[in-house]
Amino acid sequence: MSSQSNTNLKELFLNGIVKENTIFKLALSLCPSIAVTNNLKNGVFMGVAVLFVQVMVNVTISLLRNVIHPKVRLPIFMLVISGWVTVTQMMMAAFVPDVYAKVGLYIALIVAFASILARAEMFASKNKIIPSMVDGLGMGVGFLFALTVISFFRELVGKGSLWGNAIINTKPLLIMILPAGGFFAVGILMALFNWINARYAAKNAHASH
Amino acid sequence: MEASKKEHNFIVSVSPHVKSGETTSRIMWTVSIALLPALLSGLYFFGPKALFVTLTCIISSMVFEHLYLRVVDKKSLVGDGSAFLTGLLLGMNMPASLWSFSPFTAHIPVIASFVAVVITKQLFGGLGFNVFNPALIGRAFALISWPKSMTIWNEPTAAFLSMDAKTTATPLGILKEAGVSKLIEVFGDKMSLYEHLLTGNRAGSIGETSAIAILLGGLFLLAKRYISWHIPVSFLGAAALMAWVMGGKDGLFTGDPVAHLLSGGMMLGAWFMATDYVTSPSLKKGQIIFGIGCGLLTMLIRLKGGYPEGVMFAILIMNCFTPLIDRGVRSKVFGSVNAATAKGGAK
Repeated sequence: MSSQSNTNLKELFLNGIVKENTIFKLALSLCPSIAVTNNLKNGVFMGVAVLFVQVMVNVTISLLRNVIHPKVRLPIFMLVISGWVTVTQMMMAAFVPDVYAKVGLYIALIVAFASILARAEMFASKNKIIPSMVDGLGMGVGFLFALTVISFFRELVGKGSLWGNAIINTKPLLIMILPAGGFFAVGILMALFNWINARYAAKNAHASH
Repeated sequence: MEASKKEHNFIVSVSPHVKSGETTSRIMWTVSIALLPALLSGLYFFGPKALFVTLTCIISSMVFEHLYLRVVDKKSLVGDGSAFLTGLLLGMNMPASLWSFSPFTAHIPVIASFVAVVITKQLFGGLGFNVFNPALIGRAFALISWPKSMTIWNEPTAAFLSMDAKTTATPLGILKEAGVSKLIEVFGDKMSLYEHLLTGNRAGSIGETSAIAILLGGLFLLAKRYISWHIPVSFLGAAALMAWVMGGKDGLFTGDPVAHLLSGGMMLGAWFMATDYVTSPSLKKGQIIFGIGCGLLTMLIRLKGGYPEGVMFAILIMNCFTPLIDRGVRSKVFGSVNAATAKGGAK
C-alpha cells in the first residue's frame, strides 16, 4: 500500500518536470521565461521564487479545500496566491536586494501566472496535503529547471559569462540577451527538450516490447 | 469493359498544360548573374577582402542548406541556386571589413548565413514558405548582435588588389550626423557627390555602393521580365518624395532626394531585395502598396530613427504585411458581379 502511493508520488513529482513542464510542454508563463532570463542569477532566483510560491499555495489551498465555497473559490485562490507572493517579495527584498531590484516587477507578476492558479484549481483543491505538496514541488522544480537552462544558455551565448563571471573572451552574440533572443532561446530549447523526450519515449517503448 | 479501357487513352491532367522553360533554379541563377555588375564594382572598390566576405557567405549558406536537408532526410536541393543567391545577397550586404582568412574568425558571416538559410528559410518550410527575406534577416541578426563590427566601413580604394584598410563614414552616416551640406563639402561639390554615389566610389556594404551597376542588373531583370517595375518604382518614388518633402533642414520641400536615393542600400534593396518573389505581394496593385510602404518606412527610419540606414528594416517590416496585402488586394474574378450593381440591375 505504502509502496504504491510512493510510486504515485514519484510520478506526480516527475509529471511537473517532464510530462507537463510549464514552459517546455505547456508553454505557459512564457513572459518571465523571456523577460528575466538574460542572466543566470536572475533566472535561478525567479525559478526559486516560483517554486516557493507554488508549493506554499498548493499546501494552503489543500488545507482549506473543505472550507472554501466553490462559488467564490477563484477570488480566494487569488487571495492566497497574492499573500504568498507578497511574502516572497519581502523575503527577496530583504535577503537578495540586488536581484530584487532587477526582477522585482516580475516577482509581483507571479500572482497572475497561469501555472500557479491552474495547479491550485486542478489539483490542490481536490487532493490531500502530501500529494498537493509533491505536485507543487514537481511543477516548481520543472519551472526552475526550465528557467535555469534558458538563462544559462542566454547568458553564456549573449554575454559570454555565467553568474556574472566572464568565461568566453570572444565577441558574444548580443542578440541573445535582447528580447528577440529570448524567443530564439525558448524555441530552440523547447525543440531540444521535446526531441530528447521523444527519443526517450521511443527507447522505452522499444525496451518494453 | 472494352469501352472504359479505351477512355484511358485520353490524358487527363490538372493545369498548367503549357509550360515555359522557366524553373526555380534558372530564375535563381539569372538573378545571380544580374548581381554580377554590382559584385564586380564592390570587388573593384574594396579589394580581395570583399571577395573573402562574399565567398564565406556563399559557401556557408550552401553548406548549411545541404547539411540541414541531410539532417531532416530531405532531398538536397543545394544545386537549385537559392542558397547561392541568399549567400551572395548576404555577402553583398556586409561591410568588407569583416574579412578573415581563418574560418574560426569569420564567424559573423558564417552565423549570419546560418540564421538566413536554416532559421529564416528552412525552419519555416523551405523555399517558398519563408515569411521574411532570408538574406535580410541574416544581416539584421548580425547587425543587432555585433553592432560595432557590422558598421566598420573601409574607404574604397579603386584597385582590385589593394589590402589597405582605412575606415571612414558612409555618406548616410555623414548625412545623419552632420547634414547634407557637410556631405557635399566632403565630396567637393554637389556634382562630384552624385558622381561618387553613382559609380560606387564611396564607403558602404560590398554590393550596395554602385548605383549604376545595380541599375544595370535591375534593368536586365526587368527586360527579362523576371521582375516588374511596380515594386522598384513605387519604392524609389515614395522614398524620393519623402526625402524631398521632409529631408531638408530648412523646412519642407528642401530635401535632396538624389543623395538619398543613391546612398545606402536603397538601390540594392529596391531592385533585388524587395522584389523577392516569396516575400512580396503577387498582384500589381499589392506590389505598389508594398513598394510605397517600403519607401516611406525607409525614409522614416533614416530621417527620424536611430539607425542611419532603414532599407533593411523597412523591407522586413513590409514582409510581415505581405499576406495582409495579398488578402486585401484581390484581382477581379472573371464573370463575377459586384453585389450592389447586381441588385440595381435586377430591378
